[in-house]
Amino acid sequence: MIRSFASRTGQMLLVIFGISVLVFCIFFATPGADPTARIAGRGASPQVVARIRAEYGFDRPLPVQYVTMMQKLFVSRDLTSFVNHGQRVVPEVLQAAPVTLSLVLWAAFFWVSGSLVFGIASAVLRDSWVDRLLMVLGLIGLSMPVFWLGEVVNLVTQSRWHDMFLFRWVPPLGYVPFSQSPWGWAKALFLPSLTLAVCFIGLYARVLRSELLTAMGEDSIRTARAKGAGPVRVWLWHGLRLSWLSYVSLFGLDFAQLLGGGALLTEVVFALPGVGRLTYQALATLDLPLIMATVMYAAVFVVIANALVDGLYALLDPRIREGRHGR
Amino acid sequence: MGAEVLLKLHHLHLELPDGTALLEDVSLNVRRGDALGVVGESGSGKSLTAMSVMGLLPGLKASGSIRFEGRELLGMKDREWRRLRGAGMAMIFQDPMTAFLPVRSIGAQIDEQIRLHERISRREARARTVALLGRMGVPDSEAAAKRYPHQLSGGLRQRAMIAMALSCGPSLLIADEPTTALDVTVQAQILTLLCEIRDSGAGVMLITHDMGVVAQTCTHVAVVYSGLVVEQGPVAAVMARPLHPYTQALLEAIPPLDGPRPDALPTIPGRPPAPDARPEGCVFAPRCRYVRSDCAVRPALREPEEGRRVACVLYDA
Repeated sequence: MIRSFASRTGQMLLVIFGISVLVFCIFFATPGADPTARIAGRGASPQVVARIRAEYGFDRPLPVQYVTMMQKLFVSRDLTSFVNHGQRVVPEVLQAAPVTLSLVLWAAFFWVSGSLVFGIASAVLRDSWVDRLLMVLGLIGLSMPVFWLGEVVNLVTQSRWHDMFLFRWVPPLGYVPFSQSPWGWAKALFLPSLTLAVCFIGLYARVLRSELLTAMGEDSIRTARAKGAGPVRVWLWHGLRLSWLSYVSLFGLDFAQLLGGGALLTEVVFALPGVGRLTYQALATLDLPLIMATVMYAAVFVVIANALVDGLYALLDPRIREGRHGR
Repeated sequence: MGAEVLLKLHHLHLELPDGTALLEDVSLNVRRGDALGVVGESGSGKSLTAMSVMGLLPGLKASGSIRFEGRELLGMKDREWRRLRGAGMAMIFQDPMTAFLPVRSIGAQIDEQIRLHERISRREARARTVALLGRMGVPDSEAAAKRYPHQLSGGLRQRAMIAMALSCGPSLLIADEPTTALDVTVQAQILTLLCEIRDSGAGVMLITHDMGVVAQTCTHVAVVYSGLVVEQGPVAAVMARPLHPYTQALLEAIPPLDGPRPDALPTIPGRPPAPDARPEGCVFAPRCRYVRSDCAVRPALREPEEGRRVACVLYDA
């Protein structure tokens, strides 16, 4: 147990290291990507360029640059932005993280509950009009771009019908911290997270439906019915139990990539100051330290989420537990 | 013959929604303390018969009558039927690997069945599960209950399956090819177990394609061919002197244990008809060596001797 945990942690660290090297090389070591020129701006004199180069350490060998960068990112955490001089990057990301976390948690709540309801309903009522309707709705949800949907939602709830009783409660765009007002926090995140969840509901309901239908053909489901279990129990207890492995693995990956900034478009459209929007700004201004920080932050989340999903897998399916570590 | 009739299938007819008949006119009796072997080739409808008794065939139209302990099952509300399933009658499936839910321990699955039918605590259910597993000859049954299906051998899994089937004291046990997936020594142990269950007063319905298994465990046998019962009677009598040409051919196809080894085992030429292409007359006529003109009319199941019934024109009085 301890050994497998240790080896797992080692693997995670190795992956994070690999990503950091890769990202560093892309931004700092590709030919033509001269960070000094970017910081100095256009038409700077050679003296200024030389001064900046020495100041930021760009005149030293790449491995040294890498180590300095990582040291500033993870140890002293005083890496500063190239664009807003003096702005510290790490606190900026850490400040944005709770916003993204709140948004994604709400979205996950909506998409898990929505896809469970839709997926189970259309599996139980398979080939009926309800099933077809739900699956078509799912396909529509799946194929609507989130930024477009977000703009439409904004248009409807913020301006066109804002005075209607239905949308009068909708707060102006932006984020309200939970510590400031939990109710305001929930209100501010309701529509953005629902918008973000729409395409996931469509995808997950489809996955769940097909997995559930496959599972219901298994012998063990016949056994469950032969035992005298009622339909609710057979579907929800036996059927779901067999079919949520791929659901869980999909969920882990999507959840992690959203936390790591994948909710970028939603955050930009709804003016939420999360990690995604930070990444967006950093990309727009080519702020290399900030990009480095957000990418590393995302990588850490994806890696951790992967490890958690693997752990959950082992909990859900005892066969995996043994397959991995042997006996 | 005094024993109470536990299960009585009377002219059971089963068809697909499109009208194709899968079972035509299956009539069987199982008494308490009897073991009825239902024998037939793959696709003859023997498993369908078992499943229709359990009511596990939604989407198929059944007519005729299935009486269990005097109650008519066909047309019964699913809620009531469900109460019988697992408690009054229980089923053992062919492949114990896939029949258990792979992601839960076998103990939990047996507990579940007990608690579905009786209001007892988890702890009591588990105690009964452990006792049952012990009775089925599972070594270290307390630890075995905590194991997952894939951690047990095929034989132990099938024992656990039987323990689960017996957990609520059913009066009828339906075993659908319970030994097909097991090796021979384990098969013998499982069959002995079935005999013990029969001797304890329950009725057993054993679905198999193996005449040898029937001879070992059953008191009665029904031979099913293409959705019809063609012959039934006490095992010893049927084995000694099969009446229906199909039964005769089946028994001839068993390799002899002693004497000179035959060069080739006798086989039955042709193959059983598909449900939608059954002959009008006797279903076995196209493959029968005694076929004659009056086989064009389907023979009814008659009783030429006390306790034996056969559907063949050869025995029309």
